[in-house]
Amino acid sequence: MRAAQEQFEPVIVGFLCRWCASAAADMAGTSRIQYPASILPIRVNCSGSVDTAYVLRAILEGADGVFIGACHPGDCHYLDGNLKARRRVAMLKNTLITLGLEGDRVRLEYVGASEARRYAKAVKTFVDEVRRLGPNPIAQRRKEG
Amino acid sequence: MPERVGVFVCHCGQNVAGVLDVEKLRDEISKHPKVVHAEDYVFMCSDPGQERIKRAIEEKELDGVVVAACSPTLHEDTFRRAASSAGLNPYLVEVANIREWVSWPHREEGEAANTKVIRVVRSSIAKLLGNKALESIRVPVTRSVLVIGGGIAGIQAALDIADAGLKVYLVERDPSVGGRMAQLSETFPTLDCPQCILTPKMTNVGHHPNVQLLAYCEVDEISGHAGNFRVGVRRKPTYVDWEKCIGCAACMEVCPVDVPSEYEAGMATRKAIYIPFPQAVPNRAVIDSKNCLRLIHGKGCGLCAKVCPTEAVTFQHDEGNQELEIGAIVVATGLSVMETEEFSEYGYGKLKDVINALQFERILAPSGPTNGEVVRPSDGKVPKEVVFIQCVGSRDPENWKPYCSKICCMYTAKQAMLYRHAVPDGQAYVFYIDIRSDGKGYEEFIHRTMEEERVLYIRGKVGKVYQEGDKLRVIGADTLSGKKVEIDADLVVLATAAIPSLGIEDLANRLRIQLTENGWVKEAHLKLRPLETLTSGIFTAGAAQFPKDITYVVAQASGAAAKALDLLARDEIEREPTIAQVNGDICTACGNCVEVCPYDAVELSEEKVAKVNEVTCQGCGVCVAACPSGAISLLNYDSKQILDMISSLVEGG
Repeated sequence: MRAAQEQFEPVIVGFLCRWCASAAADMAGTSRIQYPASILPIRVNCSGSVDTAYVLRAILEGADGVFIGACHPGDCHYLDGNLKARRRVAMLKNTLITLGLEGDRVRLEYVGASEARRYAKAVKTFVDEVRRLGPNPIAQRRKEG
Repeated sequence: MPERVGVFVCHCGQNVAGVLDVEKLRDEISKHPKVVHAEDYVFMCSDPGQERIKRAIEEKELDGVVVAACSPTLHEDTFRRAASSAGLNPYLVEVANIREWVSWPHREEGEAANTKVIRVVRSSIAKLLGNKALESIRVPVTRSVLVIGGGIAGIQAALDIADAGLKVYLVERDPSVGGRMAQLSETFPTLDCPQCILTPKMTNVGHHPNVQLLAYCEVDEISGHAGNFRVGVRRKPTYVDWEKCIGCAACMEVCPVDVPSEYEAGMATRKAIYIPFPQAVPNRAVIDSKNCLRLIHGKGCGLCAKVCPTEAVTFQHDEGNQELEIGAIVVATGLSVMETEEFSEYGYGKLKDVINALQFERILAPSGPTNGEVVRPSDGKVPKEVVFIQCVGSRDPENWKPYCSKICCMYTAKQAMLYRHAVPDGQAYVFYIDIRSDGKGYEEFIHRTMEEERVLYIRGKVGKVYQEGDKLRVIGADTLSGKKVEIDADLVVLATAAIPSLGIEDLANRLRIQLTENGWVKEAHLKLRPLETLTSGIFTAGAAQFPKDITYVVAQASGAAAKALDLLARDEIEREPTIAQVNGDICTACGNCVEVCPYDAVELSEEKVAKVNEVTCQGCGVCVAACPSGAISLLNYDSKQILDMISSLVEGG
């Protein structure tokens, strides 16, 4: 069991705001800061544009976790899209629980444009968390079915 | 929508190819049903690389292109231009970021990195397949510039822009322009008198026909975008009619209230009604409402009004707002320094003769509170032993600021030299970690300080300063000899860390620009776009971006001015057409989009459908996420595209 868990490489879809987390991810790369390859990023214009449907689609397709990188409160390029995302994530956690999944499979992190280390650390921490939760049971069922 | 896609994998030398299997990537991607051409090349951004893209577009009749290369912030424009010159609409080009997002951060991930890169490129293809050919939106520009901050950076930028013939609004929150430079004693390495070289520029900016100087004002609400900002400016109440005030300072002679002077860095007092310094521009008085007896009590005193020869003192709360139409903005808000109160080892600011460098500037200044006579604050005695401590709060990641404040080595040497000029029989000591003197004539200046002025430089830090009789006992270590050093000093000057101006966070929020962890304005690219912020149309100059001395501040200010002029040299500017679009057939007019739009860019039309204003829409996509029926979408970023991207990322996982 332990060996199986160690081998488990989660699939995580990351929605990165182009004004902050995406720039931080660029900077992490440029600075050669290393972090797990489990995160599969999509650049979006604003974390507030991340529709609940996107997160649910990722989970239903079998992603083990969804990461949303948003600007710090007060720093949103579009005034308050990040706060809308924050509320949406709170709601999504409940939805995941309703589906019999763990709410912690979706996470929102505030990452400023120059916070390359923070980005890498946030990804690492989330990957560890998802590893602890184990594979997405929906994906498991699909594989078995 | 693209049916014949070409994929171009860039090796970026060894940056990508040294980590990822680019040939496997190319082969895997060429299996995609819509991919009719896939190739890899050592540098796609090079001329031969771009030629390959153009040739393939023409020969293979590609109607969509994905370049798997570095971050789109670097070469998206390059590849769009290349495609465009081969007849392909630039919006049918996507860049998959496989360098910053894959090869560089996953050097030790082995196969996982190769799996990831295939997914990332597939997701870019998925997005491309939903892209439409678009034309950029053209909007006319307002040919005026807002400069925020009236220090030497703001003054220089304002003058350059105004001389080029554009209207400039220069906003300064203090009653006068001049900034930090106006507070300095002399400037290194030439020992110019800053007042002498700065005041002509201050006067110029105050009288330039193209400059509207908005002193004692703050920037309020900001909306709009590059080329067309709308900026609210609030004038703080002066309680003095500036139309009538002639700057005679008669009021200051009779005012009974003494308050620590900001201009004198607390080394002297000013009155409750005051002009900050004699050369102030504008030379007009303001009343500090927190300290004016008349304004506090609502009656009494009024001595200033009685002596005013022009009846300018009104005591009226004369706040005012105005709205400006602006094409470009230059942020030149400058720096401040940490206060001595922050540092317990140096007495928390309780020891009167432990001061910061800005305070010592005022003591050294010929126009300062002591008329250039060097005396210490506690008892007015001439200090015979002065200890300068560098890097106080700087280069100290554990406790304070991790960065080097850049200007302290040079101004400390200057202060030590000026002290020796004023007190020829005095001894100056400088505790330093390293000496950084990397400017024209700077190294020579340091040598002059050491050799001609016999200032004693001690490599090491000071652990403690405490009062011992009327002396300050300074206990430090000389790290070169390994010995403990004790000096009984009369005055201790701390080169405290430079920090961003107070209030920069708030301003950055309203401007929607980014700051670094330490609060300096973040530039679009540290090396290649140092004068631009990430928000188009907003530029930065001077110490707001990072501490720097006057030489570099002026150079950068002229650079930022040129950038603003460049933006406004055209009649129209192009904007990304990737904005929100409504499908009127399925819109239910619920109004969610209207409610969430941060720019009031959506409204319900008479036909009961949502309507997007293409000039004000910024393309954030918040409305898309709020629409319950999927009627609103972001052009080339619509929900179907993103859902397809998600599927292609997760597929096979």
